[in-house]
Amino acid sequence: MAHAATVDEHATNTGIDNRKLLMWLFLASECLFFGGLIGTYLLYRNSSIEGPYPTDRVIDGVAYSGLFDIPFTSISAFVLLMSSVTMVLALSAIQRNDRRGLQIWLAATALLGMTFLAGQAFEFTEFYNEGLTLNSNLFGTTFFVLTGFHGAHVSVGVLILLSLWIMARRGRITSENALNVELAGLYWHFVDVVWIVIFTLVYLLQ
Amino acid sequence: MASIAIERPIPTLGQALRQMREAGGSYQGIWSWLTTVDHKRIGVMYGATAMFFFVVGGIEALIIRLQLARPESTLVDADQFNRLFTMHGTTMVFLVIMPLSAAFFNLVIPLMIGARDVAFPRLNAFSYWMFLFGGMLMMASFFTGNPAGSFLEGHLGAPDGGWFGYAPLTLNQFSPGTGIDYWAFGLLILGIASMAGGFNFAVTIINMRAPGMTFFRMPVFVWMTLVTSFLIIFAMPIITVALFQILFDRLFGANFFNVGAGGTPLLWQHMFWLFGHPEVYILILPAMGIISEVLPTFSKKPLFGYPFVVFSGIAIAFMSWGVWAHHMYTTGLGSVANSAFGISTLLIGVPTGIKVFNWLATLWGGSISFKTPLLFAVGFIAMFTIGGLTGVMHSIVPTDYQQQDTYFVVAHFHQVLVGGSLFGLFAGVYYWFPKFSGKFMSEKLGQLHFWTMFAGFNLTFQPMMIVGLMGMIRRTSTYEADLGYGLWNMMSTVGAFLIAFSVFVFLVNVVVSMRSGKQAGDDPWDGRTLEWSMSSPPPVYNFATIPEVKSLDPVWHDKYVENEAGETVPVVAGAANGHKEEGHEEEGHSVHLPSPSIIPLIASIGPPILAAGFIYWDNPWMLPLIPVGAVILLVGVFAWALEPTTE
Ligand SMILES: [Cu+2]
Repeated sequence: MAHAATVDEHATNTGIDNRKLLMWLFLASECLFFGGLIGTYLLYRNSSIEGPYPTDRVIDGVAYSGLFDIPFTSISAFVLLMSSVTMVLALSAIQRNDRRGLQIWLAATALLGMTFLAGQAFEFTEFYNEGLTLNSNLFGTTFFVLTGFHGAHVSVGVLILLSLWIMARRGRITSENALNVELAGLYWHFVDVVWIVIFTLVYLLQ
Repeated sequence: MASIAIERPIPTLGQALRQMREAGGSYQGIWSWLTTVDHKRIGVMYGATAMFFFVVGGIEALIIRLQLARPESTLVDADQFNRLFTMHGTTMVFLVIMPLSAAFFNLVIPLMIGARDVAFPRLNAFSYWMFLFGGMLMMASFFTGNPAGSFLEGHLGAPDGGWFGYAPLTLNQFSPGTGIDYWAFGLLILGIASMAGGFNFAVTIINMRAPGMTFFRMPVFVWMTLVTSFLIIFAMPIITVALFQILFDRLFGANFFNVGAGGTPLLWQHMFWLFGHPEVYILILPAMGIISEVLPTFSKKPLFGYPFVVFSGIAIAFMSWGVWAHHMYTTGLGSVANSAFGISTLLIGVPTGIKVFNWLATLWGGSISFKTPLLFAVGFIAMFTIGGLTGVMHSIVPTDYQQQDTYFVVAHFHQVLVGGSLFGLFAGVYYWFPKFSGKFMSEKLGQLHFWTMFAGFNLTFQPMMIVGLMGMIRRTSTYEADLGYGLWNMMSTVGAFLIAFSVFVFLVNVVVSMRSGKQAGDDPWDGRTLEWSMSSPPPVYNFATIPEVKSLDPVWHDKYVENEAGETVPVVAGAANGHKEEGHEEEGHSVHLPSPSIIPLIASIGPPILAAGFIYWDNPWMLPLIPVGAVILLVGVFAWALEPTTE
């Protein structure tokens, strides 16, 4: 069944695996997706004509306290950033064929991702209790849709990580098909970077 | 993600050939079509489905033309008219021209680059099924109604906001039914279909070219497919965001386009046209690629200025990102913005003009045979040039102020999309039909098709230019008798029916030629590119031996050489080298073919169910459709990842 010809069929013109190239193109496309959402948020920044507002402000003598809790969000951003480190460790483990290391670091990455998601759920609940909803004002609309789509991407990432973790536990990932881990890693790092951009543009720069 | 390499028994080349010849058993049944991952079959399915939608969109156009044939006509009312032009535009753009282009990507690209299939055969099948279901979801909107008590009670349910879907026309206030929801979800699903295709063909072309086929030995059609794929990859996510925004506003009361909350409907126009202008080139570049193959073949000359044609295609793709606001001059962007976009729009005419001159120079001095494919290609050049020049007129801001929202604009973009894209695609059908069916299309019916279509096309759209300049407003269901538009409109209507007749001739031609067309050999047009080196129809595995490419137009160079006097003469018989595939059976030499799979079809059932759940989410009986759709999609994706392939 296996023939010499098989080798040629799998060699690509660029030397980059097809699936890896696909992932790069997909992530390039995702840049435009998040670009659209972030652009909309920035366009409508400070355009809300009713509260609640993201930051403290005084309008017509009435003081509004802002919703953003920068220290809290900094911690969850740090958690997500750390998950990129564990992801790198997971990949380097399996490339050395260290299956035990792979399991540990995959689980750690997934757990850190879930911690981030829990933080986001907490943040959303807090904001909701303060009166911020999808329809309350432009801030609510643009904030929830932008961070919500990012959260959905993180959730998909966690699902991928958990699937890989189950496969790793069954010993089905080896250094030969480490590409699976590498692809998940590319996606995961991308989602991280998007959060850094959101955190900077939405939370920090006012 | 996790495809574990499991070896399955693979038919030997001999077995595969025999299976083809016997053409029986599971290879031909309906199941084989539902599970196919063969790019050639997917191409046929794409083409056939697009032709079906073409007939639907055409009937809508005919009703519109009947309504406008005479002043103060009452065939349809204003509301029905809105729904007709909305569905006509959306159908023709997203369900006809884009998928017809995709049909050609599928059929031709792997053959042209010397590959056995695309990079991701199952993703390819998924792309087709998403296209089919997205189109069906959109069509289903006709059968939904409008809410009782609203001002549209008792009206048809189809979307009514125009193919451009401008907010606030598409917000609940002005479109209270579910039509726009179907439209938006339909477009989202169609967007996924196009993106799947875009990713697939970009990877295929970048990574799977035969040895020796460098980028600058690729046929122009391959180049234009690559450029189009990149446009799709980058333009589709923008419309995706805009569609999500309009859906959030409509379904969950968000404020993206809500002026009352400080929002601006202009956001939609920016997002839509930032997608929409690259989309224009997504519609035209594949057709430009096709005629760049047809013209050299039927002039027996290489394409004039190959690098110029390629680079202008790339230049057009880059520039298409900087011209979107020429659709928005009258929205009050200010004269600086208007001038900037006017200049960028004038500039994008330059690479387009370069292409036109190179095509003309290709014909110049060639030994031309006016077969149907060439007729359509030449028709393309003539009609597209008029369309392009009227486009240049629109780039000039004060002129555009006069033409905005008149039939002059309608005439302009039909000149480009019908006289351009559609003529190019028809050229492709006549050109490649013999390759995939083994039979010629009837030349007589083909000529009749071309000339009636050409006459009908000009009769429809040139009078439309005149009424447009007279000031006739588009998207309006009727006009008063004393405005003097009557005669011109009657001409357009007669022309539209002539086009309909020509399409009927085409469909008859397809059926008749499939049954009893003249047998075409492997290389019926004396072709230049790799697909003409294999049998007609091509074997399921495409190439028994992957060819080695040594030049542009490799098949031509296998057949002809230049003698000392600089004349092109046929290669002496027997001296031709390797490209000719005689289908020699080599027992024991195996070809890796991807296994058929039902999973792409299953996975693509999820999204439309999910969409229906969201459209009716406030109905407790329909809400469960959301988890059902999500589970189907999720199960599909996991099964996909775990299914062994021979990839
Ligand atoms: Cu444009």
